[in-house]
Amino acid sequence: MKKISLGIYRQDPSADRKGKIVKYHVPVEEGMVVLDAVRHVQENTDPTLAVRWNCKAARCGSCAAEINGVPKLMCKTRIEDIGDDITVEPMRSFTLVKDLVTDISPAWAVARSLPHFHPRQRSVHPFRIEEMDVERSQEFRKCIECMLCMDVCHVKREHNTSYVGPRYIVKAASLDMHPMDSLDRSKFLDREGGIGYCNVTKCCQAICPAHIRITENAIIPEKERAADLFYDPLMMLLKRLRKVKD
Amino acid sequence: MVSCIRVSSDVLVLGAGGGGLRAAIESQSLGAKTIVVSKSVFGKAHTVMAEGGIAASLGDVDPKDSWEVHFSDTVREGVYIGDWRSAEILSKEAPERVYELEHYGALFDRTPEGKIMQRAFGAHTYRRLCHVGDKTGLEIIQTLKDMVLHLDIEVMDEVFITKIVVSGGRAVGAIGIRMRTGEVIVFSSKAVIVATGGCGRIYKTTSNSWESTGDGIALAFNAGAELKDMEMVQFHPTGMVYPPGVKGLLVTESVRGEGGMLFNSKGERFMRRYSPKRMELDARDVVARAVYAEIMAGRGTKHGGVYLDISYKGAAFIKKKLPGMYEQFKEFAGVDITKEKMEVAPTVHYHMGGISVNPEDCRTTVEGLFAAGEVTSGLHGANRLGGNSLADILVFGRRAGVGAASYSRSREGAASDIEASAIDAEMGRIAAMFSDSDGSNPYQLVNELRDNMAGNVGIIREEKGLRAALDSINSIKERAQRVRVAGNMVYNHALFGLLELQNMLIVSECVVLGALERKESRGAHTRSDYPSKDRSWKANIVCMNDNGKIALRKDEVRPMPADLLKIVGEEVY
Repeated sequence: MKKISLGIYRQDPSADRKGKIVKYHVPVEEGMVVLDAVRHVQENTDPTLAVRWNCKAARCGSCAAEINGVPKLMCKTRIEDIGDDITVEPMRSFTLVKDLVTDISPAWAVARSLPHFHPRQRSVHPFRIEEMDVERSQEFRKCIECMLCMDVCHVKREHNTSYVGPRYIVKAASLDMHPMDSLDRSKFLDREGGIGYCNVTKCCQAICPAHIRITENAIIPEKERAADLFYDPLMMLLKRLRKVKD
Repeated sequence: MVSCIRVSSDVLVLGAGGGGLRAAIESQSLGAKTIVVSKSVFGKAHTVMAEGGIAASLGDVDPKDSWEVHFSDTVREGVYIGDWRSAEILSKEAPERVYELEHYGALFDRTPEGKIMQRAFGAHTYRRLCHVGDKTGLEIIQTLKDMVLHLDIEVMDEVFITKIVVSGGRAVGAIGIRMRTGEVIVFSSKAVIVATGGCGRIYKTTSNSWESTGDGIALAFNAGAELKDMEMVQFHPTGMVYPPGVKGLLVTESVRGEGGMLFNSKGERFMRRYSPKRMELDARDVVARAVYAEIMAGRGTKHGGVYLDISYKGAAFIKKKLPGMYEQFKEFAGVDITKEKMEVAPTVHYHMGGISVNPEDCRTTVEGLFAAGEVTSGLHGANRLGGNSLADILVFGRRAGVGAASYSRSREGAASDIEASAIDAEMGRIAAMFSDSDGSNPYQLVNELRDNMAGNVGIIREEKGLRAALDSINSIKERAQRVRVAGNMVYNHALFGLLELQNMLIVSECVVLGALERKESRGAHTRSDYPSKDRSWKANIVCMNDNGKIALRKDEVRPMPADLLKIVGEEVY
């Protein structure tokens, strides 16, 4: 059976000051994905290897990692597509727990701060919504919260800012474009969410495993709405004039 | 005493799938301080894998649908050993729960009139499943998650619960390990809700996630709760067979619901022979047995499956209604389902059995302990209809929340502290699993168990195989006691693997004992040595905890009131 060389980042922060890449040799069969190889090490060589996974079907978004330096889902990356010398490392935008596992729970505080769905119609009656209107928001609802977009984002990775990150702009867009919602979250994204920090490099869009056009369909429209609200030069002038008059 | 973190609440919910989250939303809204604990990351629960939709008789597509028809479908396809009251509640309350979900922010696919779109599914008389493409579970979990966050419910994810604490005959909390830090957490609570889902991973080939190891069933059993219908394991007719890494992964029933057809390797549409009327859309047990029989008769594909074909519907339709399937086959198997056939075979999908509950408020046989969702039993009887599981978790998740909140209100003052002796005993048990040297690995035993269940307790069962399965379980149980874990408590899969193995062994033993006991074929339980249905087995097998041993009891199904019986009709033998 053919074997590949699989380097896995190993570090238990409570014991090791620095991490290291440990090389394993793993037999491969047709159609095998990176997660299979990592699990092979766990089941046969070292059961203490920490790796997070759940559905193994690219639907839950648990097994995000950096594979040969690129943020990807381990369960969706086929070995035959990336060769026989593979290195797997944890996501660098999040605090390391152990080996390949990072702590993504700080994101729930951001989720709590984002204004919730607020229906226009407060009745008990079923909604009447056109299919066409549903589709726009549904694109963003394909998000599996793997957090790869947060990992690849250079603003999140390299700068300590208030930027909520692509995941939560997608979330805001999914609510703002909900046909029954009555809020506009672009104000929140501009004032508290630091959407201005995004300089539209589209890295998040390029790696999204759910193929959401994050930059084009979520970030840019939210930025434009915020710009209309707060940075339209004509409106700014009018506001200033009004203030002078007062 | 071992140092630990103490946490207190009115209601403690174990499990953050749809059932647990819906329960938490209800109990918190009713004023009970609620904490949700989950083994996986918040939002990753197995509910996310639900594809086809949620069954509710809205009548948005077929106006003739009603709760009565939904009720009748559920009881009949559960082959009359399901609890009639559970089925009545489900069919009456499911529509409300769907509309409620919409008001929480979920967005379902629509009909041309702007109502909720509903699709056909196996053995449902009418088109009944409200859906979001083939990603309904994701929409539900995200919607409930948002509600939980905005109701300020405390969520503690990646906590592995090792014990439900019982004191004076009442459930008073739980003990667990926070996986990310290795800390021991002691939860004191006035009421505990178990909503930890199923146990598909006791089988080798399953559509279930990593976490579905039957933990909640074992925890409740160890706490003294009664289990029921444990032999009833659902094989979904269509799981992927190739490549090996994704063997067992679900191919949604929606493919057949939207018009997909099954063929054997001779190109025969074989369901004509097994179910000429309903064809591919018969109940899951019927279709799974048919697929299995075709493969066994040598009419299977190269990789040991049969063909499922929807390509005739065209690329635009398939990409809209089955986007997940299109991607799944393209990415994992390199198959374009808009042009090619899929290869499929049965895969373990759902457990109809589980903790016995009273459907009114979801209380178990242990005071203060409640349960909802797949971890319970009663609703689905001997076979579950597609879409009834998502309805189940919402309807009974809510009821468990009401039940636990009102029970916690009846207990005055704060939750009482858990006694130090109980904590010490549990921590001592876990500490004894650690040792440096011996290099044993729980996963080898886990895999042995999964092979054993697949080989001996499959779609078709017989006495000899079941006896062999029991021997194998006893042998693994004995060896599991000698496995030692290296390292510390932080995110240590060797430790969690061993704890899961212990749970899986309890669940597997109950499944096998129930299967040996039920000497007939009914629903998902087929015995080659007892091939027909037997009137004397219109009964439920109950598993009781007799000082750590499993004792069985046979309970007659409680008789249905005349007005409901009129809707369903008598069972035919």
